[in-house]
Amino acid sequence: MNKNKEQLLNKRYKAEQRFRLYGLSAIFMALLFLTIFIFKIFSTGYSAFQKTWLIVPVTFDAELMMLDQNPSKEDLQDADYYDIALKSMADLDPNANEDQENELKRMVSYFFEKEIKNELLNDPNLIGKTKEVYLTASDDLDQVFKGNYPRDLPEDQRRVSDYQLKIFDQLVANGKVESKFNISFFTNADSREAELAGIASSFMGSIFSILVCLMIAFPVAVLAAIYLEEFAPKNRFTDFIEVNINNLAAVPSIVFGLLGLGVLLAIFHLPRSTPLVGGITLSLMTLPTIIIAARASLKAVPPSIREAALAMGASRMQTTMHHTVPLSMPGTLSGTIIGLAQALGETAPLILIGMVAFVNTIPGSPMDPAASLPVQIYIWAESAERGFVEKVSACIMVLLGFLIIMNLFAQIIRHKFEKKWS
Amino acid sequence: MRKNGVKMIKIKAKDVDVFYGKKQALFNISLDIEENQVTALIGPSGCGKSTFLRCLNRMNDVIDICSVKGEILINDFNINDKSCDVVRLREKIGMVFQKPNPFPKTLYENVSYGPTIHGMAQSKQEMDEIVETSLKKAALWEEVKDRLHEPGTGLSGGQQQRLCIARAISVRPEVILMDEPCSALDPIATAQIEELIDELKKEHTIIIVTHSMAQAARVSQNTGFFHLGQLIEHGSTDKIFKNPDNKKTQDYITGRFG
Repeated sequence: MNKNKEQLLNKRYKAEQRFRLYGLSAIFMALLFLTIFIFKIFSTGYSAFQKTWLIVPVTFDAELMMLDQNPSKEDLQDADYYDIALKSMADLDPNANEDQENELKRMVSYFFEKEIKNELLNDPNLIGKTKEVYLTASDDLDQVFKGNYPRDLPEDQRRVSDYQLKIFDQLVANGKVESKFNISFFTNADSREAELAGIASSFMGSIFSILVCLMIAFPVAVLAAIYLEEFAPKNRFTDFIEVNINNLAAVPSIVFGLLGLGVLLAIFHLPRSTPLVGGITLSLMTLPTIIIAARASLKAVPPSIREAALAMGASRMQTTMHHTVPLSMPGTLSGTIIGLAQALGETAPLILIGMVAFVNTIPGSPMDPAASLPVQIYIWAESAERGFVEKVSACIMVLLGFLIIMNLFAQIIRHKFEKKWS
Repeated sequence: MRKNGVKMIKIKAKDVDVFYGKKQALFNISLDIEENQVTALIGPSGCGKSTFLRCLNRMNDVIDICSVKGEILINDFNINDKSCDVVRLREKIGMVFQKPNPFPKTLYENVSYGPTIHGMAQSKQEMDEIVETSLKKAALWEEVKDRLHEPGTGLSGGQQQRLCIARAISVRPEVILMDEPCSALDPIATAQIEELIDELKKEHTIIIVTHSMAQAARVSQNTGFFHLGQLIEHGSTDKIFKNPDNKKTQDYITGRFG
């Protein structure tokens, strides 16, 4: 009898130890995957925050620019910069033939003409003088400089020719290649050229979408939750509504995209590809999440508080507005932020309503076409150019940062404004 | 009960039945409650005494499946009548609950809430006065006068309950209902509340539900004994405790069941 008991005890201890081990290994696995994921993204993405510049001497030859003496501001605006731009690149190798000059031109972004123009607009005294100007390197050379480009491939499989590499190496040796913080990644809209592509459009698109989503989903969801929780009679009809709200939360997001496409675009003819439509679509998706969170936090308000208010002669409306709703707000708000964070990471419904279009302008309002961060990731991930690989990871980093900040905010709200009751 | 034999009846319940869904919780309760007296309702758990108490300020309305039949006359006005407005009713009939339930707000806001929603103060000064007198009547003023703007939930259990009493009397109700107000308190806090009840009965009619026979004997002038949803016996506390008519009352008082 006694021995039997001891055996049982040992068995129990062992079972507990085993269970702890399983738990620990599960956590270890989860952390391992997370670490690999983050390491991969950071190691690929961090270089996108650096941009390679070629320092090229440019001679601002008035004749080539077709400028008269003492040109006005407008003249400078309208002047022809293409020739001096071309000439400065060609001058990198005095012995270059025509083909090679073309290759030299392709060592920098097609934006180089504008970069030279901006230089002169900033300082009109440069006319007739020579100055070393920073020109954005082409994305392929950018990758070469960052060490991401396999130089040992046969030349016909490379987008960079041996000749370009030779000139580039000379420039590097002379200290004429510099890496600087990539501001344009944050200020430029999307571009077909990897070296010029930035997230400004999709970032603003995401912000506008989230704002539209918040402004629609929050009031509707909170009112629905308050009505259902505090005022609605408990009967079959409200049960039915409750079940359906829960079902709605489980509907795949792409279905909401189809709804947006079919209703907002096809019937209401709202402007395609805009954060307005994106935000409305996302708000449909966020509604059930906020309703469920708001109802849960209304339910968590102790009934004794309601009774106290009612017994004081407060009407139901006063009880709700003075006591229940303020007490439930922290939970509701953090639920809302989590719902918005979900919406922020949503891609599928936005693709369906056309936010996947190539947009190279920065939206100024929710009515302008825009992409969004996750869609931008999707667009870039589909691009074949090597320069976009690091951009994808960098964009993921920005999106993750955005999400982390939002979740942090939700936590802070929950902790700071949560009131303790006896 | 007055010495000269004239009883002033404040509340008159006539044939009150209460149902929770199909289950009947109270059967045919008829009970008169005297003005400016403490009436104790005693009985074993689940006997319906709290349910009856909650009928008096229509708190049972909150429970969807609960229905109340019969007449309850307060100042000769039937509160179960459709024309009765519960907000006005609850302004006249305050309630103190079993578990102290101050609002998670400051002491001041707790006490001033009732006067605010009923528009009883014209100025900040008037409100300050109401808060002060209410807290004084609840014997809490001296302990909290320096921290009126701290959260009410930071007080001890006994203080919280007195805060709830102050909140209840801030609107100068005619009747105060107390649902086992001391069950969550220690003996010292209980004694304070009991003294308070004695003081309050000068201005208010008090009905108190209690599990403690000793408490009923100490604070009340009249007692009603409930059992299984029936009012078995009611009368002066002296009589109920010393010479009850009913065998069940006798058994309960002497601790043979319950």
